Amino acid sequence: MELELRKIYIKDIVFDEKTHVDSGVLYINREEISKLILEDERLSEVSIDIAKPGDSIRIIPVKDVIEPRAKLKGEAFPGIDGVLDEVGRGITYALKGCAVVTTGPIVGFQEGIIDMSGPLAEYTPFSKLNNLVLSIKKKENVSPHEHEEAVRVAGIKAAHYIAKQCLESEFDESETFVWNDLSVKLAEYPDLPKVAYVYQCIAQGLLHDTYFYGRDAKEMIPTLVNPLEIMDGALVSGNCVSAGSKTTTYHHQNNAVIRECFKRHGKEINFIGVVLSPMTTVLNDKYRNSIITSRIVEMLGADGVIQSQEGFGNPTTDLMMICKKLENKGIKTVLISNEDAGVDGKSEPLPDGTVEADAIVSTGNSNANLHIPKMDKVLGDLDALEHITGGFEGSRQEDGSLIVEIHGIMGSHNLQGFSKLGAVTK
Amino acid sequence: MKRIIFYTNQFFGQIGGEDKASIPPRIEDGAVGTANLFKDKVEGEIVATIICGDNYYAENIEECREFISREVERLRPDLVIAGPAFNAGRFGIACGDVCSFVNDKYGIDTITGMYIENPAVEIYKSNTYIVETGNSAASMRKAVPRMAALANKILRKEEIGLPEEEGYIPKGIRVNVFHEKTGAERALDMLVKKLKGEEYRTEIPIPVYDKVEAARPIKDLKKAKIALLTSGGLVPYGNPDHLPAATAKFYKKYPIKDIDRFAEGSYESVHAGYDPVYANENPNRILPLDLFKELEKKGEIGSLYEFYFVTTGNSTSVADATRMGMEIAEELKEAGVDGAIMTST
Repeated sequence: MELELRKIYIKDIVFDEKTHVDSGVLYINREEISKLILEDERLSEVSIDIAKPGDSIRIIPVKDVIEPRAKLKGEAFPGIDGVLDEVGRGITYALKGCAVVTTGPIVGFQEGIIDMSGPLAEYTPFSKLNNLVLSIKKKENVSPHEHEEAVRVAGIKAAHYIAKQCLESEFDESETFVWNDLSVKLAEYPDLPKVAYVYQCIAQGLLHDTYFYGRDAKEMIPTLVNPLEIMDGALVSGNCVSAGSKTTTYHHQNNAVIRECFKRHGKEINFIGVVLSPMTTVLNDKYRNSIITSRIVEMLGADGVIQSQEGFGNPTTDLMMICKKLENKGIKTVLISNEDAGVDGKSEPLPDGTVEADAIVSTGNSNANLHIPKMDKVLGDLDALEHITGGFEGSRQEDGSLIVEIHGIMGSHNLQGFSKLGAVTK
Repeated sequence: MKRIIFYTNQFFGQIGGEDKASIPPRIEDGAVGTANLFKDKVEGEIVATIICGDNYYAENIEECREFISREVERLRPDLVIAGPAFNAGRFGIACGDVCSFVNDKYGIDTITGMYIENPAVEIYKSNTYIVETGNSAASMRKAVPRMAALANKILRKEEIGLPEEEGYIPKGIRVNVFHEKTGAERALDMLVKKLKGEEYRTEIPIPVYDKVEAARPIKDLKKAKIALLTSGGLVPYGNPDHLPAATAKFYKKYPIKDIDRFAEGSYESVHAGYDPVYANENPNRILPLDLFKELEKKGEIGSLYEFYFVTTGNSTSVADATRMGMEIAEELKEAGVDGAIMTST
C-alpha cells in the first residue's frame, strides 16, 4: 500500500470568480461554496470570511477545522462526502497552510476559540493557517443532532470541493508513505523494536463523536487501521466540546503520532500497526475495548506502544485501563495526556491513574487561565463564550477583553501531541 | 535599593538556646545573627531582623502573625527571607508560616531554606520558595549562597526556572510551558528510551489518591433520611446561578420538597461533557427524583432531604472536587442526612 501526498503550500486566500490555486494563492468563489453548503436543506444561511495569521479576528465557537484534501482518482472523506470506497492508496492532494473552519450559532454547549493574533494565537495551531471561515446557520426545527451533522458535513464538503479544484495544479512537494503488510515489515527491520500506536477517539454522543468511514465510532469495537487511510479522511471529527483536548479533523489528517512514527520507522523503530480504539461512556465498553485493544497489540507482536487520548475525565479511565493491560503483557507503553491541575496548578493533575502508567507526556494544564484582548472582528457568535469550557460568567471584562481557560482554545493541548505545550512542576 | 526583612529564631538570632525558645517576637534594625551571612550577598538592604522563640511562635501563631503584619506594613519590604531552618521542626513551621502568611496576605515574595525531610516542607512548599539545605547548621555555608542566589533572582523580578535549576523544593505547582519539541516527538523519545532500558522521566507522575472509606450500611432504610446529589449539571431551566458547563468550582442546591419529579422544560442539563438531549427530555434520567418520591410515599425510605445538590463534573480538578465534596458532606451531616445517592454522568 502506497500513498503519495502532493502538497501545495497556500500563502494567501482571495475571493475570486473561480475556485482554484495559482502560485500559492487560493482563489475562492464564494457563491459556489455557499451554494454547495446550502444544498443541505437543513441549513438556512452561510457567510464566508477569510481569517489570516496576524488578523485581529476571533473565531468563536469553532466546530471543526479541516485541511482541504482530494484524491486524483477516487475520493477522500469516504462515507461523509466521498463515495464509500477504500482510501489510503494512490495520489492525494493536500492544501497545506490553509484550512476550512466551521462556526456559527452553537449546536450544544461550548465550542472552541481561535484568535488570529495576540496571546491566544500562540496556543492554537490554527492561528498560523489561512482560514476560510464558514459561519453556518440552521433552519428552525432542526434538532441538535441534525444540526451537528449538517455543519460537520458542510465543512468536509467545502474542504473536499476546494481541493478537487486544485488537482490539475502544480504541487510544491511530494511525500510518499508506504504501508507494507506485517510479514514484510518484520523481515525488513528484524532488529528494531516493533512499535504500535493505540489511537483513541471519543465516541460519546452529541458533539462528542468520531466517524470512521462515516460510521459512528460508538457502534464500533477497536480495530486495526491503516495510517494511510487516516491521511485520506477516513476519520472525521464530530467533536469540539472542551476544544483544547479534542481532535479536529485537521488533527486526524495530520496525526502527529503517525507522522512521528513514520519519521523514525526504519531508524529507531519498526512501526507495525495502528489500533483505533473508541472511548464510550459505558463502563462495560471500557472493559471490553481495553481487552480487545490490548489483545490486538499483543497479536501484532508489538514491543512498545504510543497511546494517545482524546478528551479528559472518563477517557482517562480508558487510557489507564489499556495501559495497565499492555504493561502487564510486557509491552512498554507511553501515554499522552493533558492535565486538569486547577487554575492555580496545585491540584492532582489526573482524575484516574494506575502505577503501570510510568511514562506520560503532558500536553499542558487545561485549567490555566489566559487573558485575551478584544479583537476588531468576531466571526461566529460571541454569546457562545459563556458556554465554552473555560469560559465562565464574568469572563468578559469591561474593556472587552476576556479571561478564558486554556481548555476553551481550539487544539491548545491536542492529545496526539500535535503542539508544544506541556506542564512542568515548579 | 530593595528592602528585605529577615526572620530567624532565638538561637540563630543569638539570644539563646532552648531556654529562650519561649521569647515573644521582637524586631531589631538591620541584620542580626544569620542575617549577617546574607548581608553582602543579597542585592538589597536587610532593613530589620525579626527574632522569635520557636515555642512561642508555635503556641501563639495568630499573635505572631499580627506582629509580623505590623512590621511588614511599617517597613514595606520587597522580600522576606526566613531561616534557614534545616531539619528543625518548630523553626521550620515558623519559617514556613511567616513566608506563606506574608506572601498570601501582601503578595510579597518570600524565601526560606529547609532540609527535604523537615515536616514543614510538605505543609508550606506550595506557598513559598523553600531552598533545599542539608539537615543541620553544618551546611549553612552551602545553604546561604543558594538562598541568596534565588533571593536575588526574585528581587530582580527574573523568571524563576525549574526547581532543579534553581535549587528550591518543587512547589508542586503545574505550570504551562512551550517545549522545543511537540508532544508526539517527546512521546517517541520517551518510548525509544523505555524500549532500550535507558533512563527516562515521565512528565506526569502518577498521583496517589486519598482512599475514602465507605460509610457503614444504613441499618433501617425505612427510617433513614436520604439526599440526592448529582454531578450531571441538572439545574432549574435557564440556569439562574450560571453553573458552568465545565470546570465548575462551585455547587448549588435546589428545593425538591414540593415537586414529585423533574418536569421537562422546568429543568435542564448544562453539562457539556455528554449529550444532553435525552437528559432534557426527561431530567429524572440524570437524577431519579420521581422514583425516590415514590419510595418515600411507600415508606421504603424514611424521608427525602428537601434539597438536591448539583455541580458539573466535567474537567473539574481533583482539588476542587475534593473541597466541594467535603463542604456538601458537612452540610448533609448537619441536616441529619443518613444516606446519599450521587449520580454521575
